[in-house]
Amino acid sequence: MNRLLPVDNKAEGAVFIGLLILIAALPILNAFVPEGNALHVSSFQLSVWGKYLCYAVLAMSLNVLWGYTGLLCLGQCLFFALGGYAFGMYLMLMIGELGAYKSTLPDFMVFLGYTELPAHWKPFYNPFFAVAAALLVPGLVAFIFGVLAFRSRIKGVYFSILTQALTYAAALLFFRNDFTFGGNNGFTDFKFIFGADIRSDGTARGLFIASGALLIGVYWLVAWLLQTKFGKIQKAIRDSENRVRFSGYSTTHFKVFIFVLSAMIAGMAGALFVPQAGIINPGEMWPTKGLDIVVWVAVGGRGTKIGPIIGAVLVNMLKSWSTKAYPDTWLIILGFLFVFVVLFMPNGIVGLWAQGKAFLARRKSKTSPADTGSTDDTEAPGEIEKATS
Amino acid sequence: MDSHAPLYRDTDLVLSVESVTKSFDGFRAINDLNFYLGEGELRTIIGPNGAGKSTFMDLITGRTRPDEGTLTYHQDDGHDLDLTKMREYEVNRLGIARKFQTPSVYTQHTVYENFVLSLNRNRGVLKTLFYKETAADREEIEEVLELTRLADRRHELAGSLSHGQKQWLEIGMLLAQRPRILLVDEPAAGMSDEETERTAELLIGLRGKHSIMVIEHDMVFIRQIAKKVTVLHQGHVLKEGTFSDVANDPVVKEVYLGRSKHEDAA
Repeated sequence: MNRLLPVDNKAEGAVFIGLLILIAALPILNAFVPEGNALHVSSFQLSVWGKYLCYAVLAMSLNVLWGYTGLLCLGQCLFFALGGYAFGMYLMLMIGELGAYKSTLPDFMVFLGYTELPAHWKPFYNPFFAVAAALLVPGLVAFIFGVLAFRSRIKGVYFSILTQALTYAAALLFFRNDFTFGGNNGFTDFKFIFGADIRSDGTARGLFIASGALLIGVYWLVAWLLQTKFGKIQKAIRDSENRVRFSGYSTTHFKVFIFVLSAMIAGMAGALFVPQAGIINPGEMWPTKGLDIVVWVAVGGRGTKIGPIIGAVLVNMLKSWSTKAYPDTWLIILGFLFVFVVLFMPNGIVGLWAQGKAFLARRKSKTSPADTGSTDDTEAPGEIEKATS
Repeated sequence: MDSHAPLYRDTDLVLSVESVTKSFDGFRAINDLNFYLGEGELRTIIGPNGAGKSTFMDLITGRTRPDEGTLTYHQDDGHDLDLTKMREYEVNRLGIARKFQTPSVYTQHTVYENFVLSLNRNRGVLKTLFYKETAADREEIEEVLELTRLADRRHELAGSLSHGQKQWLEIGMLLAQRPRILLVDEPAAGMSDEETERTAELLIGLRGKHSIMVIEHDMVFIRQIAKKVTVLHQGHVLKEGTFSDVANDPVVKEVYLGRSKHEDAA
């Protein structure tokens, strides 16, 4: 690993620096370039990019589980949504008496006939409590589920299906009006965040910068984890869990730790997503959302540091474009994309470079069989990855 | 009681297995098994397919629990521990290492990293987060690299090794754990004749330093390494003795060698 930058090779470094420039440049273009100028970035565009960054963090959180530990979680959207709901509760309370019913209670509570704020809502007047809850609630859910699943040695597709069932069950629960979280409408119509107008340009810039900082922070954390012995154990669990267990490691402890960490990262991403999207509802934890994240990671490159970021941003840009240009065909495009990546790009966009090199080497070795020896080294890792995944 | 095979209790014991029974869906994989392993002993276990050899190793390592009977580990300090109540990683931390039938190594890690992950310390979650390689660690790894003849391949991915080298790597990973008991399931499977011979030499060299249990099918290999041989049949010890005792026993011939002759003829 490079000492200054947490990257392993030049291509990764280029993408990482590009990302840093993007995160720094967009708010500057929003603040200092006048409207009407071709380089101006509107606050709307800024919040769209802010959402992409949150999705990228969400994809990274899944990659920690799926890419490096081999645990395919189809319920990552649940942790994202829980983080979003926790911070959304604070935003709902900040609306104050500006809601449709002019009550201090959130509108949906007035509508449902509540006369007083439920006890579990009260601490959410404090934004720091809300942020802590956005970390701890997903962490706690992941801890309980993780301990139960990993102690019982549930793995592979069974783990995936259970996580999908978990997020589905949670979505059904959140759809209920009497669950006190706004039923199918969820939370929306936010007015203030940390005392500032949520629709102001300054807020948009602040939220975007916070999202960028979260992304860089998580990237650094993942890079650090990977080069510790812990990171090596993670990959070892993915490749040969029995061997790890029979080398004196409690793989259950490791998996629970990683699952909780990944849920907390997803929760943070959700907490930053909600003020930028302006809405959170149970649709955000619907099982299809969990599958979306898997597609982002697969498209970008599973088990690579930069891949999930690229995948999340590109697929979501494609989605924004296609839902405008061809509104009815988005799901077909997404499905096609996933099948194409699985069949032809096993290591995603990040793997294309190595794939291309291997392809050229194979062609070259066909014409001149003499230098096959040199190509073996570059091909080996990819081939093994295919065999084990 | 006279149905029990003669037992070797002339050395200090590291492991006692007494009256152990284990059934899977009514099938008795292990049936009233008694077995004792002495300190520093190299024991070979043979038996036809389905004799319960692998189940036996599963029972010792905490992978499955016996229906009846006791599995006792005799610690260095004279204290006894009940293995039937422990999880795999806890059994392993006592110093009981196991090699699987198919080589299981970390294919995406280098040979060197495979050994780092096998050292018998810093195995808790937090300790692995803040682990720093020490000079002692490096020294131990170098030792195992030499022993397994993998020193010049240390920076290669384990997945790129040949089958025989993977078997050696896994044996090396067990040795890096500094175990008291080594359970080795078919170490010579899939090896060339030369590799088999070197593996035999390696195991013989380890005798006295570790207590070793080897499961094997390859008779040539067994003849090379065997001091004492235990024959398992239908989850029970059929016979224990020297290689020639066992090989010349008419009952053993009938259930094991005899049957394999029939199969060869067929």
